[in-house]
Amino acid sequence: MELNKLFAVSLLSLAIVGCASSGGTTDEAATTEAAVEESQTQGVPGSPDLDVVTEEQAEMAVNSLLEQTIVYFGYDRSEIRPEFKDVLNAHAEYLVANPMARIVLEGHCDERGTVEYNLALGERRANTVKRYLIVQGASPSQMESVSFGEERPSMIGSDDSTWSKNRRTEIKYQ
Amino acid sequence: MMKRYLSILLMSLCVSAQAELTIEITQGIASSIPISVVPFKFEGTAKDSVDEIVRTDLERSGHFSLLEPDDMLSQPQSEDDIYFTDWRLLKQEYVVIGTISALPNQQYQVRYQLFDVFNEKELLTQSLKGTASQLRDIAHRVSDAIYEQLTGIRGAFSTKIAYVTTNSKRTKFNLSIADSDGAREKVVLTSKYSIFSPTWSPDGKRLAYVMLEDSGSKVYVQDLVTGKKQLVSANKGINSAPSFSPDGKKLALVLSKDGNPEIYIINLATRHWTRVTNHYAIDTEPNWMPDGEHIIFTSGRSGNPQIYRVSLSSGYVERLTFEGSYNARARLAQDGRFLVLVHQAKKGAPFHIASLDLVRGLLQTLTSDTELDESPSVSPNGVMVMYAAKYNKRSILAAVSVAGDVKFLVPSKNGDVREPAWGPYLD
Repeated sequence: MELNKLFAVSLLSLAIVGCASSGGTTDEAATTEAAVEESQTQGVPGSPDLDVVTEEQAEMAVNSLLEQTIVYFGYDRSEIRPEFKDVLNAHAEYLVANPMARIVLEGHCDERGTVEYNLALGERRANTVKRYLIVQGASPSQMESVSFGEERPSMIGSDDSTWSKNRRTEIKYQ
Repeated sequence: MMKRYLSILLMSLCVSAQAELTIEITQGIASSIPISVVPFKFEGTAKDSVDEIVRTDLERSGHFSLLEPDDMLSQPQSEDDIYFTDWRLLKQEYVVIGTISALPNQQYQVRYQLFDVFNEKELLTQSLKGTASQLRDIAHRVSDAIYEQLTGIRGAFSTKIAYVTTNSKRTKFNLSIADSDGAREKVVLTSKYSIFSPTWSPDGKRLAYVMLEDSGSKVYVQDLVTGKKQLVSANKGINSAPSFSPDGKKLALVLSKDGNPEIYIINLATRHWTRVTNHYAIDTEPNWMPDGEHIIFTSGRSGNPQIYRVSLSSGYVERLTFEGSYNARARLAQDGRFLVLVHQAKKGAPFHIASLDLVRGLLQTLTSDTELDESPSVSPNGVMVMYAAKYNKRSILAAVSVAGDVKFLVPSKNGDVREPAWGPYLD
């Protein structure tokens, strides 16, 4: 996709990099680690040493956050978990800096529960991300949300780790 | 006997992507009625054996135990040949005999008689006509009549089911209809998009369903005679969970066009919309009550999914389920006395199908052997519930009686099958 465009992002505030050190909360921390691990397989080398932050490292850190385009949710939950706020802040800043950028937010669920309730839950997951980005300054006109319920799992399987990967909102740049 | 694997070879009208459903009875009632259906005298050639279909139907209901033809001391073909002492010796309570005779114009006449062995008395006799391809329909009607005569409940063997099959990669979805025993599968729609929540119009002539396209969910109504599909709702946001009104003129569905999933009603002729619910929580899965005045639905307004009932005239909302952490997708059985629903006793517990007696307030979990049970659909006589579940890591259909005492599995030979919808009586 147009992820390359994201690399063109010029320097954002160092504050974001500072925030990047705040790790997962105790609530389903394992899931968070797995999520971060997964998103890092896409490229950009590891996070910068936070003690000595150069401009280049800061940019890399921001890009690393923007490369994370999936946020995960707790079972039957649709609120943003604290560990994903840095990622969403980076996307919000990008949207503010690039008013022509458009995203689709795709909400998804794990296979447990009913098909229709999950369709509604998936929409809530997309919409809470949308609202969060709006609060951070992005324009509503830059975003569409769509729910795929439990119909498009990212992984097939019936165990906790698969389910935790499937409860997600994907940010898709158009 | 009950554990016997009944493999039903399917005669199918369609050649592509057949799911080939089979039926595996896992539990029947302990006090099942012993009955013998003697092989019918047959003059002619046809691939469907009427008596065999009747035996399978009755056995699948769980209310009967069928004597194998090989275990019969004699196979009478007329009333005069029946020696009731023989059948009493075999501990049979009822015996069915019949003949199929060829008529001109490729027609067949099926005549059968049901006898009470103890009283040595004929209880029922009927004569039905049809072509070779209609012999299966005739067999189901024979089963319906025998079932009703002996249980007092209308039989539902002649009804149809709709369901969705998909390949393991989930790249192709078929909406199919078949006889209630899985035979004569016919694909009515093939799509690369997920299809779910199929539901029958009360006259059995149309199906409403949801198709999840790249831009989101849309509701369609398809005419089963012409095959023509009509887009009913493609509003911004969710368009989902259709349910026909008892008169078939309106459709209740879920829309989130105003920002949140709410229940709406659309008049299919005038396209006039009315909104039913108004709550910031998820409201979904509407199902019309037989009176046409109330709709039951799932709502997350208490913090987790529970079943509610709304009056369409007053808008008054009443909560119906209190036991369990997750109660959803309720369907009505036996004129609204029972709710059948997806139930999770507590967080982390398995999802099973449960019935709730609305008069006595008693919740009973009906299933235990299958996992992730969902999409319960009740037979029109209110006796059986067909649902989708995971079994041996595959998505299959299964059935359980509302009383919880009869169970059978309906796996497909290939691919996954889900979203069953039991059709109405067709006459």
